[in-house]
Amino acid sequence: MADVTFTVDGKKLTAPAGTLLIDACKNAGIEIPAFCYYPNLSLQAACRMCVVRIEKMPKLQTACTTPVAEGMVVQSETDEIKQARKATIELLLGNHPLDCPVCDAGGECELQDMTFKYGAAESKYIEIKQHREEQQWSPVVYFDRPRCILCYRCVRVCGEGMDVWALGVENRGVSSVIAPNGQDHLNCEECGMCIDLCPVGALTSGTYRYKTRPWEMNHVATICTHCGDGCKTTLGVRSVNDGVEIIRGDNRDKSGINGDFLCNKGRYGFDFANRTDRLTKPLVRQADGKFAEVSWDKALDFAAKKLREIREAKGGQAIGVIGSNRTTNEENYLLQKFARTILGTNNIDHHRTADYVSFASALNGKSGRTAGLRDTTSAPAILLLGNNPTDQHPALAWNLRSNVRLNRSRLYVANHAEIKLRRQAKSFLQIPQDGYASLIQYLGGNDGAIAADDNTTAFRDAIRKEESLLIVFGSEYRGRDIQALVEFGLSLPNTKFAALGDYANSRGAADMGLLPDLLPGYVPVNDAAHFVDEYGATLPTTAGLDLLQMFDAARNGDLAALYVVGSNPVSRYGVDPSALKNTFLVVQDMFLTETAQLADVVFPAANLYEKAGTVTNTYGDIQLVKKAADKAGVRTDFELIVRLADRMGADPKKLVPFGRGSFADMGQTRGAQSGEADRHAVWLAANHLEPKLSPFDPFATLDEIQRLVPSYHVSRLELLTGSEQPEKFDLVQIQPAASRRDLVLPAEDTLFTSGTLGRYSGMLKDIVESHTTPNPAETAAD
Amino acid sequence: MSTSATTIFSPETAARFDRLVTLYPVKRSALIPMLLYAQDEIGYISDAVVVEIAQRIGISELDVRSVLSYYSMLRTKPVGKYNVQVCTNISCMLRDGYGIMEHCKKRLGIGHKEVTSDGLFSLEEVECIGACCWAPAVQINYDFYDDLTTEKMDQILDDYKAGRGKETV
Repeated sequence: MADVTFTVDGKKLTAPAGTLLIDACKNAGIEIPAFCYYPNLSLQAACRMCVVRIEKMPKLQTACTTPVAEGMVVQSETDEIKQARKATIELLLGNHPLDCPVCDAGGECELQDMTFKYGAAESKYIEIKQHREEQQWSPVVYFDRPRCILCYRCVRVCGEGMDVWALGVENRGVSSVIAPNGQDHLNCEECGMCIDLCPVGALTSGTYRYKTRPWEMNHVATICTHCGDGCKTTLGVRSVNDGVEIIRGDNRDKSGINGDFLCNKGRYGFDFANRTDRLTKPLVRQADGKFAEVSWDKALDFAAKKLREIREAKGGQAIGVIGSNRTTNEENYLLQKFARTILGTNNIDHHRTADYVSFASALNGKSGRTAGLRDTTSAPAILLLGNNPTDQHPALAWNLRSNVRLNRSRLYVANHAEIKLRRQAKSFLQIPQDGYASLIQYLGGNDGAIAADDNTTAFRDAIRKEESLLIVFGSEYRGRDIQALVEFGLSLPNTKFAALGDYANSRGAADMGLLPDLLPGYVPVNDAAHFVDEYGATLPTTAGLDLLQMFDAARNGDLAALYVVGSNPVSRYGVDPSALKNTFLVVQDMFLTETAQLADVVFPAANLYEKAGTVTNTYGDIQLVKKAADKAGVRTDFELIVRLADRMGADPKKLVPFGRGSFADMGQTRGAQSGEADRHAVWLAANHLEPKLSPFDPFATLDEIQRLVPSYHVSRLELLTGSEQPEKFDLVQIQPAASRRDLVLPAEDTLFTSGTLGRYSGMLKDIVESHTTPNPAETAAD
Repeated sequence: MSTSATTIFSPETAARFDRLVTLYPVKRSALIPMLLYAQDEIGYISDAVVVEIAQRIGISELDVRSVLSYYSMLRTKPVGKYNVQVCTNISCMLRDGYGIMEHCKKRLGIGHKEVTSDGLFSLEEVECIGACCWAPAVQINYDFYDDLTTEKMDQILDDYKAGRGKETV
């Protein structure tokens, strides 16, 4: 829209016509206070804090509902306005308890800030404040009625933003109250957005309430470890006896790719890190078959000695490696390098949740065809095939809803189930569960591929008319189906694609070569090219065993050793424990999982919140992971791999390109920040020293990744400032694959589960239980 | 939703509801009339009423409760057979509406929004009922009694007790 010019406080400003005055002022650095106004939600004009004086208009006007107009002259902060705002606050405080010293919001409360600014703490009211007991509405949502100032942000974000509509307003006037849909409890998606947006402490979080004050925490913005969306979550952490514990997760600065949004897992699902049953000492199985806690030296020596013996006696092909979907790119890279150069095996795999290889191969070398998560907020038309983002990719679902609501984007959904996002869809097509491949044929012009009717014809015609389409597809598409899907997409004028997989770094695991036939960057093992020069070791050139073949080999007695990093294949793939009885099993994990219980050596590992590095979300956005928490006794997977290699007699310098001639240890190997680079880098730079002196520095490995994997050649500066960097997918040089075995096993996580990790989160467990209707027969028994 | 076999309302009311939802550009406009008719038939807005009306209109129960709780003439608890509504707004107040209220309280032995133990009478202090010219005024169910004195009030209550009161539906 055309720009208009107007004046605020004597400053000439311009903004597009239709911009709200409050936004126009904010963009110009003029703050207009507001409680009820929240960007991108419907307008409420309930709180009267944003009043301004506009010339030629009677009375004070609300800036949150007034669009700017040509020649408008506005005063935003005069004595008259101050007095009006002070009066508003005095009314709001009429029944608001002065319990700031114990309130969770104290220190980050918008009402508190405004009271300090406008000074209405003294009241002319003599009426007694009405107290109401706080209510628990769900495992994570608590409501303190007297603190509520009725801004209706929670009601609107729950309805408009989440499409849940679980909050409403009951009664009238001074007795108005926010009410949950279950009368005394909430039936909702537990996203916690209501808590996040609450300007006061009326809605508080079950994980955080009454634990600490905002200023007593350090706030570290890192990437959520749960699903494949890669949201930024800010962890509030505090020092405790055995390290640094996480107290809350939130969306503090809204600077991540998730914008305003964070789901229940990012917000509450961090408590696995604080569990008391975490492994903190290495375990080695003794002659009597029981685990014993031993020292790190003993455990590492034992594991390294056995692995070396097996390698020397039976060769690398008798050793298998299974990596993780939740470790960093650097760790994944290092693990495959360790497997290939030190163990001498291509038997390396991970739990695949999407066929990224076929996707890369289908798109081979085409630029500008992949979409990041941010693109889903602005794409004019989106075709969603398969998956249920509401459960499996909550941030994507939020973006799609917002895009439809705010930009009138056209959403087309085809699914075998009646997924919730059909409510935002311009057109919804329900197809048979095995009909995804035929649907593509149909869209491509083969009329007989599905049972066509007027509805399907309209669906196809609408899609084919789109001039710029974003196709988001779930793991229903694999192998040749992805090839066909991409071919269809490329027949339209301007199509982008996004493949949906589960877990924080499943894309990174594939990119970094945790695959039996592909090196990092999807370079085939039989044509290792520059990797041969770089690694300086003879690389095995035949494809190794995949994950299922490894367990078959173990069953047949052909797998003498298996090294499992941050994964629980025994539970996930239902492996019979007896299959591994003759295999030397080394496991790195946080907990004694089903897999770890069978191990010969277990190393206690750090989780994604306790390390630095990078991860790549399912859309290919590469992001920085910062170390937030710490737990005494655990080590990062990165450090463990390096130390294991060292004990096996390998040169760590060949594994991690650190040091550049210096052997100094500047402290990175000790204390709370061991293995951690970014904070040390500041100290080192301040002392005119070269960072990366430690073999445990993941950024030394990132250097190597960026050198060897062209698609990861992104701006390090941007990465370190915390913004996402889209992987350069056009630089992936991959030969169109001959048929590969389909090993994709979707995680099928719901909104409240998160694989093995979710099982160790008490809060997620509580939420799951509160959403499961108990069996009356069971509950009746005492 | 056509006349459902599982409706809690009489066939006449159910049929009326079927028609009501077709009368407005958006279905939810029928909410308040439906609530009023439902209250006349059931006596109050029970949870079952909320559930059925929400289903009929296709909105959430929370939406129904939000509207229901806004209006003081919609009630969620049963009242007596005769609901005595005493006006105490300005005209009635000047003509001793509060006296009438106090008298009713003493006479019936119940307070504001309470029901007698035999379930015959309930008492409620209400806002203006539009009978200011003949203040003080009282409304019993849908019938008006005006220009009242405590004696006249006694007579009215006696009549109702003896089954002689007006009963306009």
